[in-house]
Amino acid sequence: MTAATGTGARPGRSVPFLVSVATITARNLRRLVRVPTLLVFATVQPVLFVLLFTYAFGGAVHVSGVAHYIDYLLPGIVVLAIGFGASQTGVAVAEDLATGMIDRFRSLPITAAAVLAGRVTADALRNLFVVALMTGVGAAIGFRFHAGPAAALAAVTLAVATGLAFSWLNLLLGLAVRDPESAGLAGLFPIIILFFTSSALVPVATMPGWLQAFAMINPVTVITGALRALCLGGPTTRPVLEAAAWLTGLLAVTVPAAAACYRHAAGA
Amino acid sequence: MADHAIVAEGLGKRFGDVTAIDGVDLELPAGGVLGVLGPNGAGKTTTVRILATLLKPDRGRARVAGFDVARNPAAVRRLIGLSGQYAAVDPFLTGQENLVMIGRLYGLPRRQARRRAEDLIDVLELADAAGRRVHTYSGGMRRRLDVAASLLAAPLVLFLDEPTTGLDPRGRLALWQLLGELASRGTSLLLTTQYIEEAERLAGWIVIIDRGKVIVSGTPGQLRARAGGDRLDLQSPPGQDPRRLAEALAALSTAVPAVDEAAGRVILPVAGGAGILPEVATRLAAAGLHAESLALRRPTLEEAFLAYTGQPASGPPAEPAQAAPDMPGAR
Repeated sequence: MTAATGTGARPGRSVPFLVSVATITARNLRRLVRVPTLLVFATVQPVLFVLLFTYAFGGAVHVSGVAHYIDYLLPGIVVLAIGFGASQTGVAVAEDLATGMIDRFRSLPITAAAVLAGRVTADALRNLFVVALMTGVGAAIGFRFHAGPAAALAAVTLAVATGLAFSWLNLLLGLAVRDPESAGLAGLFPIIILFFTSSALVPVATMPGWLQAFAMINPVTVITGALRALCLGGPTTRPVLEAAAWLTGLLAVTVPAAAACYRHAAGA
Repeated sequence: MADHAIVAEGLGKRFGDVTAIDGVDLELPAGGVLGVLGPNGAGKTTTVRILATLLKPDRGRARVAGFDVARNPAAVRRLIGLSGQYAAVDPFLTGQENLVMIGRLYGLPRRQARRRAEDLIDVLELADAAGRRVHTYSGGMRRRLDVAASLLAAPLVLFLDEPTTGLDPRGRLALWQLLGELASRGTSLLLTTQYIEEAERLAGWIVIIDRGKVIVSGTPGQLRARAGGDRLDLQSPPGQDPRRLAEALAALSTAVPAVDEAAGRVILPVAGGAGILPEVATRLAAAGLHAESLALRRPTLEEAFLAYTGQPASGPPAEPAQAAPDMPGAR
């Protein structure tokens, strides 16, 4: 009984931020490997995207100036796979709300920021894995970086940064709708619509005029454009700055909103 | 440590149009056990959530372990443990992993977190299951794991929201024993419950909350006395008018007996414990009456409510769940 009642274990100070972030990241990574849905979203699905889109569209789509469709395709479907995976972040946080995990975390001497940061850090590591996996499978069927290692590294960084923005968006959605199933749908709808109205699969010039206007400003077009510039070569400054502007804007809205929702989530 | 583990004054909280609690006062001396009783929706959970810093009250103030919950929640969180109404453990981690994670989040060094986890796994009899993922656990095992999580940092003040809900009788007894030992070693405890027996068994002080207000508080003895002692619960055999039972025993009753003619049931508030049973038998025999069954029991929460609110029973309460809608305290 001294085990349960001994006072020696009581901490007298706040928990270091990085320790709490690392602990929550580790928890989320464990779930990533153990929850079947999460594992499929992080492994099978990205591989399927590479193979299915390449072989389904590759024969029909010819993009001028690009020798292999996979070179054109891969950046877009990396964005798609990361976007789909991020929907599970909203599901997970809604589940944590429903099951009382968030209450538990909020009763501990850790900050709200640590809980959210632990979530998006685990997501970022997953996305790094997804990008590596898709690049590897893509390389096996002809994908190549054409602009050198520095640009390739920048492309991976941009992809992971995109994932970060998507994670925060889905954190916000999950905390706002509070129901796991609704959170999953709320997370998937935007990415599906934005993906198919973007330049991810086909050049914008092939679309009808009314759609072109939307496709040009579509963040998936902008981010995919920047990734392509970094992978295929050509001018990179402007597309990368445009993508960075989108991501910064998205984070500037979603981070404070998600933090506010988290603080109020347990109260409602 | 302050003299008082918990002092709450005039706590109020609304959710939209719904008033969850409306001026709740509580006091728990350091090292004591406070039982908060009340029906579903009475405001028990809201009160716990405010005291555990999960909710900000709209009005009123509360100090837990000497710190103001609204102004210094971080200090409060270092000194409390919380086991909420739903077992808040990760189903995809093992029992051991859950506890080590919570220990780390309380700021324990890794080795200490592991050792505390192992100790608590033993104390809560989870050793066989500690290496298994929690989604394979029974409800009772999850509940015990959740209680273990709340004990990781040896809290000064422990909040338990309906801790024995979902436990089988053996698990309930084991948890009562553990909580009793914690209390005897100086941990201050606040537990909410729907079971008067649980509160009586553990708590030195009891507060009954209904519709967001404290309707009565005191020691279990005071409450029992005011609720009119025990209840003699008789079932009349078919064909015998239950009113005759009530008449024959009326002199033993401390209040008007409740008679349910349709069910043939009679309930009398009585004092004096089991000592009155011979007298009951004598009087029934003298009147030539029979009882199909006869039980001397503590008042149910519902009966206690009736006693406290002074409302006469419209009939003997059957099962608490069925009786609840008629109770003044129920939603």
